[in-house]
Amino acid sequence: MSDRINEKIQNYRTAPFDARFPNTNQTRNCYQNYLDFHRCNKALSAKQQDPAPCEWYRRVYTSLCPMGWVQRWDEQLEEGSFAGRI
Amino acid sequence: MAHPSQLGFQDAASPVMEELLHFHDHTLMIVFLISTLVLYIIMAMVTTKLTNKFILDSQEIEIIWTLLPALILILIALPSLRILYLMDEVNDPHLTVKALGHQWYWSYEYTDYNNFGFDSYMVPTQDLTPGQFRLLDVDHRMVIPTESPVRVLITADDVLHSWAVPSLGIKMDAVPGRLNQTAFIVSRPGIYYGQCSEICGANHSFMPIVVEAIPLKHFENWSTLMLENS
Repeated sequence: MSDRINEKIQNYRTAPFDARFPNTNQTRNCYQNYLDFHRCNKALSAKQQDPAPCEWYRRVYTSLCPMGWVQRWDEQLEEGSFAGRI
Repeated sequence: MAHPSQLGFQDAASPVMEELLHFHDHTLMIVFLISTLVLYIIMAMVTTKLTNKFILDSQEIEIIWTLLPALILILIALPSLRILYLMDEVNDPHLTVKALGHQWYWSYEYTDYNNFGFDSYMVPTQDLTPGQFRLLDVDHRMVIPTESPVRVLITADDVLHSWAVPSLGIKMDAVPGRLNQTAFIVSRPGIYYGQCSEICGANHSFMPIVVEAIPLKHFENWSTLMLENS
């Protein structure tokens, strides 16, 4: 399974269509992938596993989210003031 | 771009805009035919000396002038719905670009591979070089490869703006805190102009949008160049 994920990551062009967010408003798509990246990292690091599969979420949120939003959220994470549950 | 004394739409640069253009031609023709008929009937009624004081009803004509409009409306609705669903098709984009509206300029981000972005300010009138368009040209255009499905995510940094490019058939509001998605394919290389379409303050009329579509190979050269320079 990790081979499939690695292949998907290697052939990454841009964020693909996500059926969970089929409509015009993609705000949640960006935010969900950001959350999922950090949750994936946290979960896999806790189990002492390789966090390489989490790279997919990072590529997707980097494609979708404005750089300013990502910067703001990263700063909030560092300060501990990020509102999302990770 | 728009031309002086222009009557119709700008030339379509995307398949969706072509469909919209043809639909508009079809519907406008129906509207002209109905208006001409009604105008003729009015003229005829107004200019005749004949009178009739004894008609009470007529089933036949009532049926005709109920069914015919219903048929005409169906003839308009079917192509309209076809295009509506066409615009809503699931697409598999090759590229994602973000357009952020600020007071009073747009900025574009290309972050699929690197964190690359730039601002796009209108060229002030006194700084125009010969051949540039007043109030339309910008210092850095949004560059796009032709014939590739492109996803544009539009948002704003401060107040409401709206990202519009008429020749691509696109208009999408830029709302702070919200990411609005639209997609298009540019059929031919060229430069396509649009203007901010939501009132956003003093310089709302002075933050145009310019999309430059070039073949994929040249697009790759452009993005490599821009990355090296930034």
